[in-house]
Amino acid sequence: MKRLLTLFIARNKEYYRDRSSLVWSFIMPPLIIGLVALAFSAGGQPMFKVGLIDTAPERFFDPDLVQSIAIDDTKYGQLRVAHHQLDMLVAPPNYWINPNSQKGKVLEALLTQPLTRNEVAGRAVRYVDWVVPGILGMNLMFSGLWGIGYVIVRYRKNGVLKRLQATPTRPLEFLGAQLISRMVIMLLVSSIVYLACDAFLDFMMLGSYVDLLIVAIVGNLSMLALGLVVAARITSEEFANGLLNFISFPLLMVSEVWFSLDGAPNWLIQVSNFSPLTHMVKAARAIMVDGANLWQVSDHIVALLVMSAVLLACSAKLFRWQP
Amino acid sequence: MTNLLQVHELRKSYGAHTAVDGISFSIPAGQCFGLLGPNGAGKTTTIEMIEGIVNPSSGVITYRGKPRDETFKREIGIQFQSTALMDYLTVDEVLALFAGLYPQPQPIDALVAQCQLGEFLTRDAAKLSGGQRQRLLLALALINDPELVFLDEPTTGLDPQSRHNFWELVGTIKAQGKTIVLTTHYMDEAQHLCDQLVIMDRGKIIAQGTPDALLNQHFDEVFVCLQAGALNSDLATRFQAERVRDQWQLASNDVQQTLADLMAADVCLTSLQIRPPTLDDLFLKLTGHSLRE
Repeated sequence: MKRLLTLFIARNKEYYRDRSSLVWSFIMPPLIIGLVALAFSAGGQPMFKVGLIDTAPERFFDPDLVQSIAIDDTKYGQLRVAHHQLDMLVAPPNYWINPNSQKGKVLEALLTQPLTRNEVAGRAVRYVDWVVPGILGMNLMFSGLWGIGYVIVRYRKNGVLKRLQATPTRPLEFLGAQLISRMVIMLLVSSIVYLACDAFLDFMMLGSYVDLLIVAIVGNLSMLALGLVVAARITSEEFANGLLNFISFPLLMVSEVWFSLDGAPNWLIQVSNFSPLTHMVKAARAIMVDGANLWQVSDHIVALLVMSAVLLACSAKLFRWQP
Repeated sequence: MTNLLQVHELRKSYGAHTAVDGISFSIPAGQCFGLLGPNGAGKTTTIEMIEGIVNPSSGVITYRGKPRDETFKREIGIQFQSTALMDYLTVDEVLALFAGLYPQPQPIDALVAQCQLGEFLTRDAAKLSGGQRQRLLLALALINDPELVFLDEPTTGLDPQSRHNFWELVGTIKAQGKTIVLTTHYMDEAQHLCDQLVIMDRGKIIAQGTPDALLNQHFDEVFVCLQAGALNSDLATRFQAERVRDQWQLASNDVQQTLADLMAADVCLTSLQIRPPTLDDLFLKLTGHSLRE
């Protein structure tokens, strides 16, 4: 425990004194969020979005006017109407609109067949509200992968690991110190970034901060564990960088950070379920945008914990001080 | 004398290349034990196998008569040939970090005084000069007050003054009764510091003993040295002189007679030097090539 604490303190000092990395950690996420808010604040997309349950769009609308999205779950569809993410939900013989949505009212007029009207009220979810959990998750992912994976590879390449190997330090103590150090740093950085963004953008946060913190911890753990697996044996920083990019970019694409996978092929949705980022972002988004509690996102938390356990076991098995 | 460490038939292969080829030796407690040889001789691989950093392909290493166990790392100190420390830490922070990795570290103040680190305790460890850095690395090797200290080419790349300062430091460690294992390719360093030596070449031990005993065993003569222009090829052949870099070397059992013969041959003696044999000469004699090659 003494060794773990010693290494934890040393790693924290190293991080906080690396000013360029530190500044980048604070600047990058608000910058992206600000740019996104700016880009998407000047008006929405012209097309109507209609959720359909067990029906085809041409039965009720001119298909050229609407973007139809297949929805499996009525409650989920209603929630999206409440948040203005769908202009209408159709499940014959019913349809739902948000009475505060102008688009919903226009769509009502465009219906080609009579259906029973239902209303679901709720505050509009702007794109920035939707995307903030994704960007915070993305920040945790990059920080987890590079902050631990890349750093350990650098330590191995320049001989720091060899020097530590010559001491009584055990691999678990070293890895534990790196993991905890990075976890604390990232939670601190993410909290500051969150507060800064909130002050300027006033994005939606309907759930509990404690629940969000727990999701951030579990999600960060899974990312750090993935970083540890990458760093287990590699000695080349260039290769590590390439591998981390190779891992992170597909994760970004399939994990609903920037856009929803509604309407995407089923196989892609299945693939996305293997991404820890998917579960972290979905759980954070459910808490922030839908006001979900911890129990309601427990499936995501369990998935993250299982992935973390598997990845940590792999990293402990694979880790070598030296090649 | 008690042997602290014993190595028997130690071997290390990397594919078809054999770096260390079945070497055996014993390291007596309280002595400075040297592994001398040119680059690529297998010194670092040998020392790292003993340290537990590299796994041997075969062979037995015993410490205090038993296989090395968990306690071994607590009782040894290591200064690697090249190493890096964590970035952005000052000298005192690096010392505190390594002190925290051992159950019973030495008081840092004493170590700072011994290794003369006081002037730059608050300086970034990455910004030390070569000699200062080696002293810090030596302090880290001593931080757990080790029984056995490994120094792998500790003065490579240092200027002469820093080397001599470092030798003095090693002398103080020896005086404390610690056992030192030193690798070097500097024969003067080995001759100055080591009580016992093994000389290695191409993964094998080619000679073993105290420096004086090794020289006495292989040489009866001293060397008469003349600058390159002092002898022509006929005279060089007649005196059986050997060309070593920019000098002619004549091995002589009777210096007065050799000088008389040279004067009789009208050889210019203004560049004359007479010196005893060194470990470099011994290495040349045993292998046919110099330690510096």
